[in-house]
Amino acid sequence: MSDFDWVFFAEVLTGGLLSGVMYALVAIGFVLIYKTSGVLNFAQGAQLLFAALTFVSLVERGIAFVLALLLTLAAMILLGLAIERVVLRPLQNQSPMSLFMATLGLSYVIEGAAQLLWGTQVHALELGIADTPLQLGGMMISSFDLFAAATAALMVTLLSLFFRYTRLGLEFRALADDGFAALAVGLRLPRILAAVWATAGLIALIAGLLWGARLGVQFSLSLVVLKALPVLVLGGFDSVLGAIVGGLLIGALEKLAEVYLGPLVGGGIEGWFAYVAALAFLLVRPSGLFGQRAWQRG
Amino acid sequence: MGSTLGATLPGLAETAPPAHSSPAAAPLVRTSAAPVLQLEGVSLSFGGVQALRHVDLALHEREILAVIGPNGAGKSSLVNVMTGLYRPTQGTVSLGGRRLRQVPTARLGRLGVARTFQNLALFKGLSVRDNIVLGRVNAMRASFVEQIIGVGRARRERIDARAQAEQMMDFLDLRAYAERPVGDLPYGLQKRVELARALVARPRLLLLDEPMAGMTVTEKSEMADFVRAARDQFDTAILLIEHDIGLVFGLSDRVVVLHHGSKIADGAPAAVRQDAAVIEAYLGVTQQEAA
Repeated sequence: MSDFDWVFFAEVLTGGLLSGVMYALVAIGFVLIYKTSGVLNFAQGAQLLFAALTFVSLVERGIAFVLALLLTLAAMILLGLAIERVVLRPLQNQSPMSLFMATLGLSYVIEGAAQLLWGTQVHALELGIADTPLQLGGMMISSFDLFAAATAALMVTLLSLFFRYTRLGLEFRALADDGFAALAVGLRLPRILAAVWATAGLIALIAGLLWGARLGVQFSLSLVVLKALPVLVLGGFDSVLGAIVGGLLIGALEKLAEVYLGPLVGGGIEGWFAYVAALAFLLVRPSGLFGQRAWQRG
Repeated sequence: MGSTLGATLPGLAETAPPAHSSPAAAPLVRTSAAPVLQLEGVSLSFGGVQALRHVDLALHEREILAVIGPNGAGKSSLVNVMTGLYRPTQGTVSLGGRRLRQVPTARLGRLGVARTFQNLALFKGLSVRDNIVLGRVNAMRASFVEQIIGVGRARRERIDARAQAEQMMDFLDLRAYAERPVGDLPYGLQKRVELARALVARPRLLLLDEPMAGMTVTEKSEMADFVRAARDQFDTAILLIEHDIGLVFGLSDRVVVLHHGSKIADGAPAAVRQDAAVIEAYLGVTQQEAA
């Protein structure tokens, strides 16, 4: 083992963990909606694309960075509220599959609308963070990745403070815990769901900007949801903590696999390794690392 | 009447002494105010099935009223009418003097009504404290932005809700479990948490739907003590639907008996337990046959 390059290993691992944070960010958007509305919101990716595209287009039209950010945030919150009101509320009490199909269709509508509005060309998104490698203990770490991870961490911290210390946060946790009991104590569900969808819009904005800066703002950006799926399988669909841990695991695993297993099978592992890992994991623990197991009385 | 076979209901002899229900212990002072809850001529039918027939019922301040009846007597229908799940075919429900054709379910909390459920409606994954705090959400008004900033009204409401929840935990002896997820607690304790959550809203009317169902004998008598204490401490009017008639007679100021959707008795426990129609309903024998 003496010829094993530990510094290189650490570098790959760190890079993987940092990109995992970005997966986690997308996955958290899923979890929030899933826990409260019971919907696997496939349109999350389209929302993310919509956010990035709107922001880039505004900036390209000469609107100041901060103003463009605020305008996009407002648009994302409105979009989230509109989805809840127009698409999901009329479908209340439908089967989860119907809801899922509705969001699948919705994702095409949003993608189409975004491109109708802003065009289909690829945009470069510049957040003003130079992607220069940083020297850290012999490792080369992308400073953009660090920035993205810090942003995601801040976001998660703020969200958990919100859930812990505000009434709306408590109401959210209550609704996520038991919808019937929430109705029984007179929680105003429409208001809570509106807040949840607005929050999902905010998360889509941040994820969209980070991913857009990384991959370029284009149609395929909406496909990052597909990367969130193995994260959710691993972490559990109803656990924010699971989304974070799952994201880190998937990020690290796929980078390590690419570097250490890739050469053995001719490379290109990174694209599909996450799904294989998720599939293997499903066999062992179907509800994920932190997911709630179905309660059943004997 | 003591000579009549079955002049008292089965299982009553060994229940709590009637001291609790005697007028002296809980004076039935009728204030001039309107009843907290009043049903006037309420009928309910589903197609050909008559679930309730012209039921009149009034619940006054500080009163503990029990509604009993055999299976299928219409107890659940009555609760569902009172909470607005059903709209009565005929008649009206008045809450705090306001007469309603149908009770607005979503606004019950704001009308001063809190309830517990036969099968519990608790947040099993949340702590006992959080569950109880959630009973106060109807009393909280701070806007989204105020909550984010966490000052002024939002802060006051948060501190107030916490304090109320603490007080209620002390009152119902739940302090030791404050941080425990409700789902981990034994059933009897869960029922008590639900009572705490209902009481913390400081309701004028507390509706307890089979509060003792599924409890052990010890838990039942504890629960009865808590219900009585709740009335004494918070001046709440309490309507309780119960299967365990023995406990009910010891706990209530007044008992209403339903049978086949009709009210067949309404009065002090001592009188109701001697009532011929009630005995017949429960034993299924006529007075003649019995005699």
